[in-house]
Amino acid sequence: MRGERTPDALAATGVAVREAGDGDEVAGVRPRWVTLPESAEEIAAVLRACAAHDLAAVATGARTKLHWGAPPERCDVLVELSRMDRVLEHTPGDLVVRVQAGVTTEVLADALAAENQELALDVPVPGTTVGGLLATGIAGPRAFRHGTARDLLIGITVVLADGTIARSGGKVVKNVAGYDLGKLFTGSYGTLGVIADATFRLRPLPAARAWVTASVARPVTETVEPYVYEGRTFDTTSTDVAAALRAMVPAITESPLEPSAVEVDWPDVDGPCTVTVLLEGTAAAERAKALSALMGGTAEVTEEPPPWWGRLPEPSRRAGSGPPAEAPEPAGPRDAEAAVLTGAASDSAASGGGEILLEVRNIPSRLAGSFVGPFWAARAADVRPAVRGSLAAQVLHVALPPDTEPGLVAAFTGELRAHMEDEGRVVVLCAPREAARRLDRWGRVGALPLMRRVKERFDPGRRLSPGRFVGGI
Amino acid sequence: MSVLERLTERLTAVLPPDAVVTDPVRLRTYECDGLTVHRAVPGVVVLPETTEQVAAVVRLCREHGVPFVARGSGTGLSGGALPRTDGVLVVTSRMRRIVEIDVPDRRAVVEPGVTNLAITEAVRDQGYYYAPDPSSQQVCSIGGNVAENSGGAHCLKYGFTVNHVLAAEIVTPDGDVVELSAGDPGYDLLGAFVGSEGTLGIATKITVRLSRAPEAVTTLLAAFTGIEAGGHAVSAIIAAGVVPAAIEMMDALAIEAAEAAVHCGYPAGAGAVLVVELDGPRAEVEHQFAAVERICRDSGAFEIRTAASGEERAAIWKGRKSAFAAVGRISPAYIVQDGVVPRTALPRVLAGIDRLQEEYGIRVANVFHAGDGNLHPLVLFDDAVPGERERAETVSGRILDLCVEHGGSITGEHGVGVDKSRYMPRMFTEDDLGTMQLLRCAFDPEGLANPGKVFPTPRLCGEAPGVRTGVHPLVEAGLAEQF
Ligand SMILES: Cc1cc2nc3c(=O)[nH]c(=O)nc-3n(C[C@H](O)[C@H](O)[C@H](O)COP(=O)(O)OP(=O)(O)OC[C@H]3O[C@@H](n4cnc5c(N)ncnc54)[C@H](O)[C@@H]3O)c2cc1C
Ligand SMILES: Cc1cc2nc3c(=O)[nH]c(=O)nc-3n(C[C@H](O)[C@H](O)[C@H](O)COP(=O)(O)OP(=O)(O)OC[C@H]3O[C@@H](n4cnc5c(N)ncnc54)[C@H](O)[C@@H]3O)c2cc1C
Repeated sequence: MRGERTPDALAATGVAVREAGDGDEVAGVRPRWVTLPESAEEIAAVLRACAAHDLAAVATGARTKLHWGAPPERCDVLVELSRMDRVLEHTPGDLVVRVQAGVTTEVLADALAAENQELALDVPVPGTTVGGLLATGIAGPRAFRHGTARDLLIGITVVLADGTIARSGGKVVKNVAGYDLGKLFTGSYGTLGVIADATFRLRPLPAARAWVTASVARPVTETVEPYVYEGRTFDTTSTDVAAALRAMVPAITESPLEPSAVEVDWPDVDGPCTVTVLLEGTAAAERAKALSALMGGTAEVTEEPPPWWGRLPEPSRRAGSGPPAEAPEPAGPRDAEAAVLTGAASDSAASGGGEILLEVRNIPSRLAGSFVGPFWAARAADVRPAVRGSLAAQVLHVALPPDTEPGLVAAFTGELRAHMEDEGRVVVLCAPREAARRLDRWGRVGALPLMRRVKERFDPGRRLSPGRFVGGI
Repeated sequence: MSVLERLTERLTAVLPPDAVVTDPVRLRTYECDGLTVHRAVPGVVVLPETTEQVAAVVRLCREHGVPFVARGSGTGLSGGALPRTDGVLVVTSRMRRIVEIDVPDRRAVVEPGVTNLAITEAVRDQGYYYAPDPSSQQVCSIGGNVAENSGGAHCLKYGFTVNHVLAAEIVTPDGDVVELSAGDPGYDLLGAFVGSEGTLGIATKITVRLSRAPEAVTTLLAAFTGIEAGGHAVSAIIAAGVVPAAIEMMDALAIEAAEAAVHCGYPAGAGAVLVVELDGPRAEVEHQFAAVERICRDSGAFEIRTAASGEERAAIWKGRKSAFAAVGRISPAYIVQDGVVPRTALPRVLAGIDRLQEEYGIRVANVFHAGDGNLHPLVLFDDAVPGERERAETVSGRILDLCVEHGGSITGEHGVGVDKSRYMPRMFTEDDLGTMQLLRCAFDPEGLANPGKVFPTPRLCGEAPGVRTGVHPLVEAGLAEQF
């Protein structure tokens, strides 16, 4: 009955709509229709139609990572923001920009660079839209110095499940009038409303950038004590790496040279790792030279980042032994666009290709713990993780080979959590369904009852991305 | 026995002997915060010492349906801590312990009554500090800072309280103790709590970020003949790609007041002064200083002073930091306004304020955080002159209109409180405000946490909507098919 009437209801909104195809799946759940709104009012019209017919909706940007996270409990309508791709207002003198949520971060960066400005966020997944960036609250290397999306967002327009259009914040960098709904929506995975536009504070592009890279295989200043785990004593390169980092990283972050980021790349936990530090500003080169002394004789200063900089780790192709795989070419905005137009499946968007990715957070002094964690968990679960991420901000990403057995993914996650002390957090960002079923994606969530109450107030009908978020929100 | 009396009896039973204040004389000392035009004697005041005691108080309030208001040091400038005559004022002045200082992890855990400056003092020796620095930092509490999302002169570069709070333990309006943490997966409830002005619960423990003290700091004072030239310099500095730690501006009247009060010795004949502070790695600061000095000269600065030492820096800041109080020297009474405009609108808004002064015959001294467009016009009046207070209030309100018209905000750091709730509809639609209230209702369905603040009209939350767990009632009843 409902199936008959609904297309009319959606069509009656006047918003572009088409039947969904294979490429429109959300973590394996295929919606019935895809709508392409062009304004906040059009999003509101779609969501009102959904409310009237109790249809569940999932918002999407460029679908670079729509398969990440739990599948929705139900999904009838995909609200695709690719037509909301305009920079609405950029006032260089105010260092402020207002954009529609469907703008890709690349387009935005180009527009801002023309005025010698930037939004100081790294984007680990090319093609990401501003809406997707906010909805997932992702952050890259420079979060250590500049903060994450929530820190740079100063205003937002959202559309709620009942079609209400609401704004909070504004277009001034300093503003404490009313609740900051931007914070609430950042990292809410589309479960509270659809983000229609966003306003950010900008900063001038730094006059220069320099990267300092050192390879870490053996202790730099400290010899490590043998590591005892479950009665067994280990003395390996990897624990040496942890010990070396434990000495090196505080020396870098506490130096007055103000690094913008301190990143690590550890493609194979049985081997050495690379540490790269970014310096920004007029005196970047001078500071880089001073820093390279701190990082040991082999440290090298470059004007370009290493190729892995700011990207998610690439896992070995195979679960068994063998060299790490080449980096797969990420789906660019063009591919995603093509997929939208044809409704066809693109490998990265629909299937996810068995991607397995975990995020590890910890406090700086537990660095050794979160660093050695993947190593020991790999031993215990017999898997081959690749690790990459921020040592300074203590957010590491861990990728496992796509063909890792589901049981081992769960075992690895469990081991990793066991290695984290009180404040460590392990979140499974992406895992094939078989593996995901056996594990707890989110781990401990402190204020879950309050979060449920927030969801109940904003989306009482559970129509927006139901089941995708923590605790089944 | 009234509800309040019954509640007071129960409070006395759960709190230490001297922690419940009912003596009318002592109650009166809490009747207002830093904005003294709004006054109300609290029904009862409690001085809890622990989180458990705060939770017990809140649970009792809820049980009795009595509203409660949190209060830190009472320096707020929007009447946020204005008590309820029919309610409980929860004062955090006995929760002043620094629980933990963890320099390697760059954080400190403190109780809400700890003053802002106390944190910096505790870690300064180790080369760290707590970045947000409201001018009231010697007295204001960190709990108040969290509630107001307070800023300071240095927030241009370093951000506000919300950017420096890593976690908070709160007592919800239900009386539950909940930990909100920036590192946890899930909604950013911490970000939403900061700046909620005590309407979402009471913060009982706060984890703040400690920042590394910069290698070099340089402070520069530039004197201009008029405010336009100063404003031009501000724009040019930003356009040159320099992000100073602070850029502050004062106009002639504010300088006159500061001179009378603290003899700050700013250059004679200045129509405006600019205080610019640069900090960071030494090499970086040197480059930037050269640029700023050149820009100020090019913009018409007739005198530039540079402070290298701590004392010289303090001398430059003295005039700026004393400005609010100093205005008392040149006017019997004044209103401190707090509005924000986009930086590029500063000249137009300042011209608008000039016109208002003329139109109403009211003097306005301008002190502002120029770098981020945050104005603090001080609207002067004398109660001895009939009608002057009313005209001053009109001018003060019209300044906010100017801010909103130019795309700005009715408050940059002092908060909405009770004072500006009526202005909220000038900035936000009913839908905007209704959406904010959804958050309020999730935390505080009974509306007992600091009611009457922030929002112009109270809203009844109604029952929490029932949770649908997948199956639609129609489907369950066999009336429809789920596809
Ligand atoms: C659970 C999860 C965790 C992630 N964590 C990380 C991480 O830690 N690091 C990292 O590099 N990348 C992370 N990502 C990847 C990140 O999603 C992508 O980099 C980026 O968000 C994709 O942008 P997109 O425009 O392609 O969004 P999509 O892939 O289309 O959507 C991503 C998510 O955002 C929601 N969304 C998109 N647009 C809107 C909107 N306008 N309003 C409301 N919701 C919207 C979607 O419903 C979906 O949940 C994560 C993704 C998910 C799903
Ligand atoms: C001379 C002067 C200069 C100032 N300069 C600045 C400045 O530069 N920048 C700036 O931002 N502000 C400034 N202020 C305003 C004021 O100091 C700040 O708003 C400060 O954060 C208030 O702290 P407080 O402890 O005095 O809070 P109070 O005034 O006691 O309370 C303020 C609000 O916080 C709530 N509250 C207090 N404690 C808690 C808690 N533990 N949990 C939840 N809610 C709580 C109260 O209910 C109230 O709504 C200034 C004030 C004065 C008098």
